Amino acid sequence: MPPFLGRVLVVLLAGLLAATGALAQSQWPTPPATPTPSEQISGPLTGGTADHTKFEILKQTFATGSDVTQACLSCHTETGGHFMRNIHWTWEYTNPATGQQLGKKHLVNNFCTNARGNEGMCAQCHAGYGWKDEGFDFTDETKIDCLVCHERTGTYYKTPNSPGSPACSVMFEGKPPMDLTRIAQSVGLPERANCGACHFNGGGGDNVKHGDLSSALKHPPRSLDVHMGVDGLNFACTACHITNKHLWAGSRYQIEAKDQDGTGLPGQRRDVATCESCHGLSPHEVDSIASFKRNDHVSSLACQTCHIPEYARGGVATMTHWDWRTAGKTRNGEGYHEHGYTQGNGEHRYTYKSIKGDFVYAENLVPLYRWFDGQMNYTTIDTKFDIDRQPIAINDFSGDREDGRSRIWPFKPMYTWMPADVGNGTLVYTHLWGEDDSSYWGNYDMGKAIAFGMKKAGLPYSGQYGFVETVSYWPITHMVAPKEDALSCESCHAVGGRLDGLKGLYLPGRDHNRWLDLIGVIAVLGTLSGILGHALIRIISSFRGQHS
Amino acid sequence: MTMRRVKIFSLFERFWHWAQMALIMVLLFSGFGLHGFHHLIGFETAVTLHTLSALLLLLLWAFGTFWLFTTRSWRHFIPTLSGMWKVFHFYSFGIFKGEHHPYRKAYWRKHNPLQALAYLMLKIVLFPLIWITGLIYLFYFLWRDMPHASEWLTGLAYVHTGAAYAILVFVLVHIYMLTTGHSFKEHLMPMINGFDDVDLTPEEEAYLLKDEPENIR
Repeated sequence: MPPFLGRVLVVLLAGLLAATGALAQSQWPTPPATPTPSEQISGPLTGGTADHTKFEILKQTFATGSDVTQACLSCHTETGGHFMRNIHWTWEYTNPATGQQLGKKHLVNNFCTNARGNEGMCAQCHAGYGWKDEGFDFTDETKIDCLVCHERTGTYYKTPNSPGSPACSVMFEGKPPMDLTRIAQSVGLPERANCGACHFNGGGGDNVKHGDLSSALKHPPRSLDVHMGVDGLNFACTACHITNKHLWAGSRYQIEAKDQDGTGLPGQRRDVATCESCHGLSPHEVDSIASFKRNDHVSSLACQTCHIPEYARGGVATMTHWDWRTAGKTRNGEGYHEHGYTQGNGEHRYTYKSIKGDFVYAENLVPLYRWFDGQMNYTTIDTKFDIDRQPIAINDFSGDREDGRSRIWPFKPMYTWMPADVGNGTLVYTHLWGEDDSSYWGNYDMGKAIAFGMKKAGLPYSGQYGFVETVSYWPITHMVAPKEDALSCESCHAVGGRLDGLKGLYLPGRDHNRWLDLIGVIAVLGTLSGILGHALIRIISSFRGQHS
Repeated sequence: MTMRRVKIFSLFERFWHWAQMALIMVLLFSGFGLHGFHHLIGFETAVTLHTLSALLLLLLWAFGTFWLFTTRSWRHFIPTLSGMWKVFHFYSFGIFKGEHHPYRKAYWRKHNPLQALAYLMLKIVLFPLIWITGLIYLFYFLWRDMPHASEWLTGLAYVHTGAAYAILVFVLVHIYMLTTGHSFKEHLMPMINGFDDVDLTPEEEAYLLKDEPENIR
């Protein structure tokens, strides 16, 4: 049967089955909640064949993490070579489409601004040991940090690679010593807490950056994330971000906004982290007209758009605004911070820090929806911009209904007033972390910190700094709610709905032609009044007729 | 010529009329709901109802059209000017003076000329306008990747909505017309039991009495 006829048949059949669909809905929640928590489900490597507590080489006392790495590499002979090619190690990514040099090694973000030059602090989240300046050897595989991703005790931690200003280093004092032997023997596939150690804390704190990646995902209920829920599927991050030779699927530098390949051939493994790679291109079971229509929506809507009704759920707030202009205030010559926001889980968040400025936090947020073709264009350190055209997009993106690659995606927008070179119209590398008297964190002199940071990077600086308003866009893709919590049609198919103002589509319920409706309503009301008038004359004349 | 009560609407015709009436009501109600004029039913329910009733109506029309041509009933809808002026004059003036409707149903002309023209326009203009645009709209998933598909959809939706307004106007006038001439009930009953007063020629009367006694009272 030709596919066209098939679909027509399906439409007809779907009607008959509408009643069955309603029945199926009553059997929610799906997937069913599991009463007993299971192990976190990782990618295809699930099911180990070795017990690391039995390895002789791990039964020693380790002085440093690097010693553990050397033990690991003695068996996992090829892993060092594989690992040193991935972005967790290189912090570098060249976008093949735009040629832009991306990655934390180069980019300026609108949170703590730049890792470049501040590696002593920021490279705590580098999957290696000791990166504090240009001297780090990226070819030394013994400096790989295996444990941060693979240890399972939860007792492993890292501290900054350089001391920094005493004003800051005090934060990292007094940590308990680590039992590296026990930690080394505990290794296994990464769990959510492993990835989360860095990815939940992007931007300088819990859920600050992404909005959809927070500590709430360490032990989430399925209502927060249907895949990761401990009372549901209990997926680890690597269940979707599958790995091949320590290269991960799913990257926000190169996003697949519209997966057209679905599950692939039978038995084929597709190295992508898209929803479609598991759920296919017709993800909704066709048991009603509505679910048939939902499958049509896949062409225009990212799955995330309907299935992540809000981000920053689960009691952990995300930052929405940051103002560096107010940074540097001191009390008795010392930096301070202020609590100002209590989030859903009861924890307090700072709304002012001398080292960073003012913040605004929020949670349970409705995303911004835009056509997105997956291509992010960054304002990098060498991008010139017009300072009169603010906010300046740190990462802008393109997308259009007509281009065949775009879908409507949800985003978290982040607005920040941040330092820039207003003379040259560029972003700046600010020297935040250091033991010298130019580091902003400890000395609070922005001009000096910028001049130092730019000089260190060998970049031109006009000497004239100011603050510009910037915006960055973060695609929302985690915290997928169970389907019973997905958006309903009216969320968008209504005047003032979530897609209000979004161009490039005709949206029934939202879109009207004012003139057509005006003429239509006048025609209907005109007919009614014509009928009334006609009837009235009939009644009056019949009344007269009786009299005459 | 004799006035007799003759069955002018067969069982299928009556079923067609009332099923069509019900489906059009559902379509108008759900359609204007989708348009955002009311929120008495959810969008999902409205889409389901609208799609299902539209498909059922198309099926009904397929049978109806088949029936029209196989029974030669299509001839009732052929437009004619004969008597048109009298009918028009009646609705404009005569009706107020208590005059009787000038038209007498004939065996092969059960609609007055104005009625026949109105129904014909409904059948060949308004209905096709709404079902053709509706079907193309329903199958948007097949042509959504054509260039400017979204703009075409917008145009289609406007035509579809415009036709809906026109059909609503027809429905209002159609119902009002039942109150003219005879009583509301007298107009309604033929579509329920099938029988109405028809001016028969002696030959027609003789034929019906002999060959179709069940269709004449």
